[in-house]
Amino acid sequence: MIFYHFFSNPWAVFALKLAAVFIFFLTAPLVLGYVEHKGLAHMQSRLGPMEAGRFHGWAQLIADGVKFIQKEDIVPDAADRRIFMLAPMIVIIPVSLVFLVIPFGPAAVSCHAPAGTGGCGFWGENFDVGIFFVLAISAISVIGMLMAGWASANKFSLIGAIRGAAQLIAYELPLVLAASAVAMQAGTLSLVGIGDAQKAYWFVFPQIAGFIIFVIASLAELSRPPFDMPIADSEIIFGHMTEYTGIRFGLFLLSEYAGIVSLSAIAVVLYLGAWHGFIVPWIPGPIWTLAKIGALSFLVIWLRATYPRLREDQLQKMAWKYLIPIALVNILLTMIFKVVF
Amino acid sequence: MAVTELPTAGMLPGGPGEGVQVVIAGEELPTQEMTLSIGPQHPSTHGVLRVVLTLDGERIDTATPVIGYMHRAFDKLSEARDYRQIIALSNRHDWLSAFGNELGVALATERLMGIEAPERAQWIRMLMAEWNRVLNHLMFLGSFGLELGAMTPMFYAFREREDIQTLMEMATGARMHFTYCRVGGLKEDLPKGFLQYSEVLVKRIRHRLLDYEGLLLGNEIFKKRTVGIGVLPGEVAKSYGVTGPILHASGVAEDSRKTEPYLKYSEVDFEVPVGEHGDSFDRFNVLYHRIEQSLRIIEQVHAKLPAGPIMPGKMPKYLKPPEGWTYVRTENSLGETGYYLVSRGDTKPWRLKMRTPSFHNVSMIPYLLKGVLLPDLIAVLGSVFFVVGDVDR
Repeated sequence: MIFYHFFSNPWAVFALKLAAVFIFFLTAPLVLGYVEHKGLAHMQSRLGPMEAGRFHGWAQLIADGVKFIQKEDIVPDAADRRIFMLAPMIVIIPVSLVFLVIPFGPAAVSCHAPAGTGGCGFWGENFDVGIFFVLAISAISVIGMLMAGWASANKFSLIGAIRGAAQLIAYELPLVLAASAVAMQAGTLSLVGIGDAQKAYWFVFPQIAGFIIFVIASLAELSRPPFDMPIADSEIIFGHMTEYTGIRFGLFLLSEYAGIVSLSAIAVVLYLGAWHGFIVPWIPGPIWTLAKIGALSFLVIWLRATYPRLREDQLQKMAWKYLIPIALVNILLTMIFKVVF
Repeated sequence: MAVTELPTAGMLPGGPGEGVQVVIAGEELPTQEMTLSIGPQHPSTHGVLRVVLTLDGERIDTATPVIGYMHRAFDKLSEARDYRQIIALSNRHDWLSAFGNELGVALATERLMGIEAPERAQWIRMLMAEWNRVLNHLMFLGSFGLELGAMTPMFYAFREREDIQTLMEMATGARMHFTYCRVGGLKEDLPKGFLQYSEVLVKRIRHRLLDYEGLLLGNEIFKKRTVGIGVLPGEVAKSYGVTGPILHASGVAEDSRKTEPYLKYSEVDFEVPVGEHGDSFDRFNVLYHRIEQSLRIIEQVHAKLPAGPIMPGKMPKYLKPPEGWTYVRTENSLGETGYYLVSRGDTKPWRLKMRTPSFHNVSMIPYLLKGVLLPDLIAVLGSVFFVVGDVDR
């Protein structure tokens, strides 16, 4: 009976959802990081972590986290102290907020939740402008990057931060253009609505160009190989993170992996049919979503093992000369498609 | 310059008298050159080379390599050690081509003393020198990829290197500093099973080279990063005294294995791969094909290796070359290594001057880096194959 009362209280359910989102935000990057450690290792004929936690080093990332917490938090003398210390938070908070709106499953059939508690379903919050929200908020991280680069009082950091900012400006545009074509096709800006609209077919089929643009632009936005110029370790040490130590550095790393998960999740919702499965549709929706996010994240890891790094100007050229025009044509075609059919 | 004096001050359209004055002051904006010190501890210089750059944005104005962080006075130290000890010394300055180095010292001493190593010893020396070359080139194949951001080739290269080091260890007992040469011949004969394993390895590495071809040579991004970057014309290369794969990449096929054969290089069939444009890609390509040629030589050694002793029958108890001097040039892994050896009839050389390829390769870095972008610094530095120990000695 008490359980019934608890779950019939929408505010309690909302609190539970927030807790779940927070736990997912903390664990998913760890799992992904471990998969990257092991996956990269096996692709490169290595073993990767084998000791921590005894079984194939499963606890390596946890051990790393504990180590980061123990390390001294050094702020360089010349650094702009307050901004330097604030920057990792600015980077990580937007990434964590993205998880709030990602739908992992379909909406419940009957729902009595009052407004402001997120509705009923496997998500934290269902905004009417969900896609707008995630794209806007995930772009805030670059401010943290610039803050870190400028406040570190290190030339390598500064170059890295400027590269990061330039990269984001160039790649935010194709990302948004590709996503807006999806919104047009679905006829809604709500992520749940876009997920629902893919019941018949996944949007990756009509929007294949958009999907490729979205994945490339996401990689660039995440500064993952082959677009990791902002942190190119053989050129500028570690970009804006060069001067960071301890848990602040750990937060940067966490935000990188959380970013991979969040942008993969957005791509899954926009293109890969969200929670809709195939062949074995009796598997519950959230598991489908997680599996697809995992597959897409693995692709990101795979690319890291395969490709060298592009140059900053080549990347800009690619964005402005190819991705943006193609994305615009894609929007035009989607428009014609919507009007004619 | 005052604002009113600017010639191109225009008005943006607005209502009458409401326009906004636009001052175009692009040329007047003060810009400052940034001095960036890359190294001595920097992930891309593999070793303690320091390059001081002046940057205009990300474009390099001047680049000055600063060497000497690893100076260990090998030339001078050689004057205080006898000829046997020098062999153990010399394989340490360029730690990636240890056998090639000790071979040069042994050849120089032998030439001064007027002795010649037995046939079998010469063939084995050649075999080891070529394996050492493969070992060296694999390292650079891998690290070049790593510097451009491709991690995987590095690990593949180390997998292959591990196999070759196991092979070398069978014969020499060491994985890095082999000290296998002796004046007059070799330390000992090849162990049982060495040649069989060597044959297996040739096949295995030839097969695995395809991985590198796919991951790097055929990779679009890799080509974009390296083609046309750091172009070194043949004439400039010659004027800087650049040798080895870098010179070959610039289209000059000068290789002392061909032009002044030592050991049995005149009896084996191989080519000197040359590049066309002398850019980073060509240098890398030449390095890759040099491995193939080395494997070819190794196969021929397998077929032609004669039986016999590995040391001349009678060697003097003390090595005392007669008074005089000699200069021996060998094609070491990274280029031409010369040994200028002066003896005054003592057990120690009076002077041993090494001419190492890395030093000359590094000396033309300022030429190559002028005007390139900071990311291209990596593509250039990685393709100017050098070992810091070999630069500083």
